[in-house]
Amino acid sequence: MCLGVPGKVVAIDGLDATVDFFGVRKQLRLDIVDEPVAVGDYVLNHVGFAIRRIPPEEVQETLALFDQILDVSGAKEDLMAADVRNEMAAGKDRR
Amino acid sequence: MSKDLFQELKFRDPARARALAQALARNMDAIGREVAVMHVCGSHEQAIARFGLRAVLPPTLRLVMGPGCPVCVTDGPEVDEAVALALQGVRVCTYGDMLRLPGTARSLADAQAEGGEVEVVYSISQAIELAQAHPAEQVVFFASGFETTAVATAAIALARPPENFSVLSAHKYVPAAMDLVAGSKETRIEGYLAAGHAAIITGWEIFEPFARRTGAPVVVAGFEPLDILAALVKLTELLKDGRPEVANVYPRCVTREGNKAAQASLWKVFQPASGRWRGIGEVPGGNLALTPAFAHVDARRRFAIDTGPVRDDSAAAEARGCLCGRIMLGLATPDHCPLFGTACLPESPVGACMVSSEGQCRIWHTYGGVPDLRQVG
Ligand code: SF4
Repeated sequence: MCLGVPGKVVAIDGLDATVDFFGVRKQLRLDIVDEPVAVGDYVLNHVGFAIRRIPPEEVQETLALFDQILDVSGAKEDLMAADVRNEMAAGKDRR
Repeated sequence: MSKDLFQELKFRDPARARALAQALARNMDAIGREVAVMHVCGSHEQAIARFGLRAVLPPTLRLVMGPGCPVCVTDGPEVDEAVALALQGVRVCTYGDMLRLPGTARSLADAQAEGGEVEVVYSISQAIELAQAHPAEQVVFFASGFETTAVATAAIALARPPENFSVLSAHKYVPAAMDLVAGSKETRIEGYLAAGHAAIITGWEIFEPFARRTGAPVVVAGFEPLDILAALVKLTELLKDGRPEVANVYPRCVTREGNKAAQASLWKVFQPASGRWRGIGEVPGGNLALTPAFAHVDARRRFAIDTGPVRDDSAAAEARGCLCGRIMLGLATPDHCPLFGTACLPESPVGACMVSSEGQCRIWHTYGGVPDLRQVG
């Protein structure tokens, strides 16, 4: 998918960041993102790599979009929500 | 347009949605004829189908999906290569939707059932961990995805992966396919929506030569319903004024030049190569092949891959009447396929477009057959 998922950086160790996605913690790589990333920043994850540091003023709006996507009413399979969950799982598990 | 419909769309701001729909209607009135525009992203199609967006478009504006599903365009013979590797004792890792993607005769799931080691990973980093955990084995990552995903593969190739790790690249380059669609007389697409997050890496200027060459405007769009509507308003405005330009209505994510360092890594590790896309045929410059400098991580150079025993072109889905190719070129929609929802279902897919969560058949099936028409009717 090309949506990317936002998460909050909680720790950084070299090119590995521990990132919290809606309560799920994953290791993301920082090789690709072209801005310095600090603890507390939000980043957009694509296949286990941070591809963008989300500017602070956009964080609320971005999170609201994903709240809306993940809020699946009814039991029916929802592709967008499922893709977002897969993307969240895309980090390495925390060591 | 009824008020209820807008409520149903779950827009965060129905008033803004209504204003955008009205602007769209005004632009189409001014154009005064039918126009077809294309988006090239599975996530866009998910958003469009999920929110029933086509129902609020003016009837003269046709929004079709093009070759926007990287899993779907992975060619049968490419899958055969991964299947052959798995059956010759290589541990093959790949992204989820690739598991059930049919080769000419078999999928990686079939190879797994026949005893091949096949593992689904969410990230290429996990494939590296597997290679580290199994130093005596060969681990091949069957890499699919467009340029944004290829950048992750490039980062790993540049980061000195373990010696028993290599990449079987099925990465594809979207701008090359857009050229092909634009050159087709049959398709008659007049403008394009480009996928916002891919453009985070490439920047929007990548589309400028395309717009100049083809005379078709390109608008970079985000993934909220309102982002997509706003992009369509901009696109129809450019069409109305006869301006084949590139516009970015997703400035909160996308810049003109994009991520230069990531682009440099991409083109250090990969080079454009011509190759076949499933259902579409030869796309000049459409594949991303590893450069000679990265031969040491290129599974095609490291292994003698013999697909002979696993390849059977007479069994391929296309041979069974699957319309995926025409769908991905914007020439058909899933409801044109007699197998859609009958012989072809997510549990028993015939073609690639029903396998992947980014495939249009799977998306339409999930969101209710012909979702947008149903909402209007
Ligand atoms: S419904 Fe199935 S067989 Fe028909 S075009 Fe879609 S994937 Fe192919």
